[in-house]
Amino acid sequence: MCFEKVIRELSGVILTRGPKLCNFVEWRGYKVVYKRYASLYFCMCIDQEDNELEVLEIIHHYVEILDRYFGSVCELDLIFNFHKAYYILDELLIAGELQEPSKKTVARLIAAQDSLVETAKEEASSISNIIAQATK
Amino acid sequence: MALHSVNLNELFTYCWDMIRAIRACKTAAEERAVVRKECAAIRAAINENDQDYRHRNLAKLMFIHMLGYPTHFGQMECLKLIASAGFPEKRIGYLGLMLLLDERQEVLMLVTNSLKQDLNHSNQYIVGLALCALGNICSAEMARDLAPEVERLLQFRDPNIRKKAALCSIRIIRKVPDLAENFINPTASLLKEKHHGVLITGVQLCTDLCKVSEEALEYFRKKSTDGLVKTLRDLVNSPYAPEYDIAGITDPFLHIRLLKLLRVLGQGDADASDSMNDILAQVATKTESNKNAGNAILYACVETIMSIEDNGGLRVLAINILGRFLSNRDNNIRYVALNMLMKAITVDAQAVQRHRATILECVKDSDASIRKRALELVYLLVNESNVKPLTKELIDYLEVSDQEFKGDLTAKICSIVSKLSPEKIWYIDQMLKVLSEAGNFVKDEVWHALIVVISNASDLHGYTVRALYRALQTSAEQECLVRVAVWCIGEYGDLLVNSVGMLDIEDPVTVTESDAVDIVEIAIRRDTLDLTTKAMAFIALLKLSSRFPSCSERIKDIVSQYRGSLVLELQQRSIEFNSIILKHQNIRSALVERMPVLDEATFIGKRAGAMPTSVSTPSAASINLPNGIAKPSAVPLVDLLDLSSDDAPAPSSSGGDFLQDLLGVDLLPSSNQSGINPVPQNGTDVLLDLLSIGTPPAQSSPSTPDILSSSQDNKTPVSPLEGLLSPPSQPKQAASAGAAPVVDFLDGFAANPPKPEDNGSAYPSIVAFESSALKMEFNFSKPPGNPQTTLIQATFTNLSSNNYSDFVFQAAVPKFLQLHLDPASSNTLPASGNGVVTQNLKVTNSQHGKKSIVMRVRIAYKMNNKDVLEEGQINNFPRGL
Repeated sequence: MCFEKVIRELSGVILTRGPKLCNFVEWRGYKVVYKRYASLYFCMCIDQEDNELEVLEIIHHYVEILDRYFGSVCELDLIFNFHKAYYILDELLIAGELQEPSKKTVARLIAAQDSLVETAKEEASSISNIIAQATK
Repeated sequence: MALHSVNLNELFTYCWDMIRAIRACKTAAEERAVVRKECAAIRAAINENDQDYRHRNLAKLMFIHMLGYPTHFGQMECLKLIASAGFPEKRIGYLGLMLLLDERQEVLMLVTNSLKQDLNHSNQYIVGLALCALGNICSAEMARDLAPEVERLLQFRDPNIRKKAALCSIRIIRKVPDLAENFINPTASLLKEKHHGVLITGVQLCTDLCKVSEEALEYFRKKSTDGLVKTLRDLVNSPYAPEYDIAGITDPFLHIRLLKLLRVLGQGDADASDSMNDILAQVATKTESNKNAGNAILYACVETIMSIEDNGGLRVLAINILGRFLSNRDNNIRYVALNMLMKAITVDAQAVQRHRATILECVKDSDASIRKRALELVYLLVNESNVKPLTKELIDYLEVSDQEFKGDLTAKICSIVSKLSPEKIWYIDQMLKVLSEAGNFVKDEVWHALIVVISNASDLHGYTVRALYRALQTSAEQECLVRVAVWCIGEYGDLLVNSVGMLDIEDPVTVTESDAVDIVEIAIRRDTLDLTTKAMAFIALLKLSSRFPSCSERIKDIVSQYRGSLVLELQQRSIEFNSIILKHQNIRSALVERMPVLDEATFIGKRAGAMPTSVSTPSAASINLPNGIAKPSAVPLVDLLDLSSDDAPAPSSSGGDFLQDLLGVDLLPSSNQSGINPVPQNGTDVLLDLLSIGTPPAQSSPSTPDILSSSQDNKTPVSPLEGLLSPPSQPKQAASAGAAPVVDFLDGFAANPPKPEDNGSAYPSIVAFESSALKMEFNFSKPPGNPQTTLIQATFTNLSSNNYSDFVFQAAVPKFLQLHLDPASSNTLPASGNGVVTQNLKVTNSQHGKKSIVMRVRIAYKMNNKDVLEEGQINNFPRGL
């Protein structure tokens, strides 16, 4: 089933639900746990036997990490930096299983990898400067 | 040629530009245009093997992918980025791999080598990227190839790699359970770690190992239970730890995962369960329940208590927690409480029953998720002692419930009522209420079953028809109510008018003959009702025309108004019934006699037979079309019987014509056109054709067309008289009702269609199934001109000295075969071979000549009131069927 179809189907189910209702919907033999932050909905699809309340906590955990990383995160941060949102998720979950309960550790690991990218960038630009000078 | 610089700023600036452009689009068409342009540029870059913009392009592709456009052409780019040397390229390459590919794609095999290198990389972050990707998308082949690397990384110096390796191992053992034993020892040491990330992933890995490997379960049960209990105790009693604190609890995630692992270890093992009792009691009593995190732990704890071996005190504690949850104002908490009570019901039904009132309230909640859970739970709670009050509550709620919930609710009520009804009158009353409230949501088999029950309750016929008459006055828009009502009015109209069989509880009602006709006429005229209902109403009118001679003229007028109806079915009925009323007065009363009592056991048996999806039975089809709207197969000979005995001897050609005229059999156009049909040899053939028993219309009698056939094109044969039989009854019973010599004659045909001469005995009979109690033989024949089809006559013989009742034979075949089961000749099988049951099967082999027939069979019956089930597979079919 393609990503877009899942989103469309779930939006139909979730967006129509009122504010005071529970955060769980049953969907195609699974459960979807969703949580709303302003205009953003975070959804996680889980098996029947998973702990729904804990999944709510995991979603909140993720949002707090995002918030700390972007500095009061908003929708646009996530749209334009979708890759970063994924990198953070990959430090938090692997194949849906929780990897790290400490927000601090996740932040530290992401920062370390971001700085690796920065270093590579600087090296690349200095190399290109050298090449530019050499080819003058 | 100039060397380009790798400028990562540029990469995302440009990706941002694309996102901005897409966001600025006002219509879907505009968006498609932007995406098309971008995709074209990216394809061009890919074709030129452009390296500098590869990561930018991949980032764009991921965004395009998220919008739902195809991006398969970018898959190789991921692999190239992963194979490059730098961390930034690998990072985005692996992200692309996880987003754009999944394990089904062949391309994935190409990445195994890069993954292997990266798992051995000196940079631990690159090792981390590889582990994460492997954990998310690994296939079984990759699992086998890379398991040794991952196993080694479980002992890596940096804990952040160990935890990733642990989650990656979960994926590996799920894909290849054989590898589980390699992971047992490394996992045992993970469980002793202090680092929360490693510990939490280690616990998860351990849980999964126990699920896939009995050996692992035994090992961890023995070696680790005490250690895990201690870990949990330390965690519960740990002082404030800001890094892991959520709502005053240290690491609730770890709490929950430890509880889950203890559940797996304790299940089915008294010693292990015993050793965790204390800590479970502590968690259940000490955990704060004012925040979600605490409730999540309590929920996990209750589940563990319910799953491990019994400890009375703990169970009480757990049920109390659920009771508290159930009265919580937070919908999430109530939802999980209902969820857990469903599991608790198998452990302690009494305790759950105590919360019945609250659960029933939840059925009426405004939240659809909660309603659904609660309804499931109520369904499990109903038993003989509480069925009446619970059903009343549910039916009362049916009146006010949301439209979209009515379907579920109706199905559950009907199921409860039919399963647990203490007496027939209660069953009928409840079903009538449901039909009046939600008749449009009632499934076909439910109202068919109701008609069968009504038919069997002879002392309640009058009561029922009067109740239906009253219900129809207020709820005439409920489709299924109308159907049942018109059926009953047609059958028992005289009881309605004469107030026969009045019960003490009834209010007297005065209904004149013309009132009864009125209400049926309204059903025909109402536009919102569907064709089946109207057709049933027509039959009811025909029956009333005979029951109420005073209204006969009026009914004739109503019926004949539809002679010009554009709906073929109604037009046909109108013309046929008109003809019966006008021309065949002498047989009308016999024709519309009351239906014989419908056999409940057969109906239930057929329904059971129709349940498994792979089993095909005619009952399923004909039950859905009980009223002759379409052609039910092979059942409805009954109504002809009176005819043939009354007017003309069946096996004569004039009888055939007469029948044809009356039945409006529409075989004629085809025979007229083709003109090459074999002339029937004798009268029985004609009759057979008329009854359309297994003979295609093309072989029909060439007798002269009559006025009726002109209206009938090439539609499948519909004999309106079949319609008199609502849910199809059995030929056997019919015989007893009609009782004339001809009857038995015809009846014999129903059970054994004559075998075609040409290759009737080409295949030897086989003993398809034999047990100590039962023998089943198959006789084969092929209809001429249709090599794919095999007719099988199954003969069952009872080898024991007890009679069998409720005898039901079911069969299932693989997809290339189609199976069609006729009803069995009887549902009782006398002892010691003193009589047999026969049943006809028709198998169509779409792979004729390539594959032989195979079949699984299941035979259920009651012996000395005990259910017996026999099953088997038949592989000894003669070749070439």
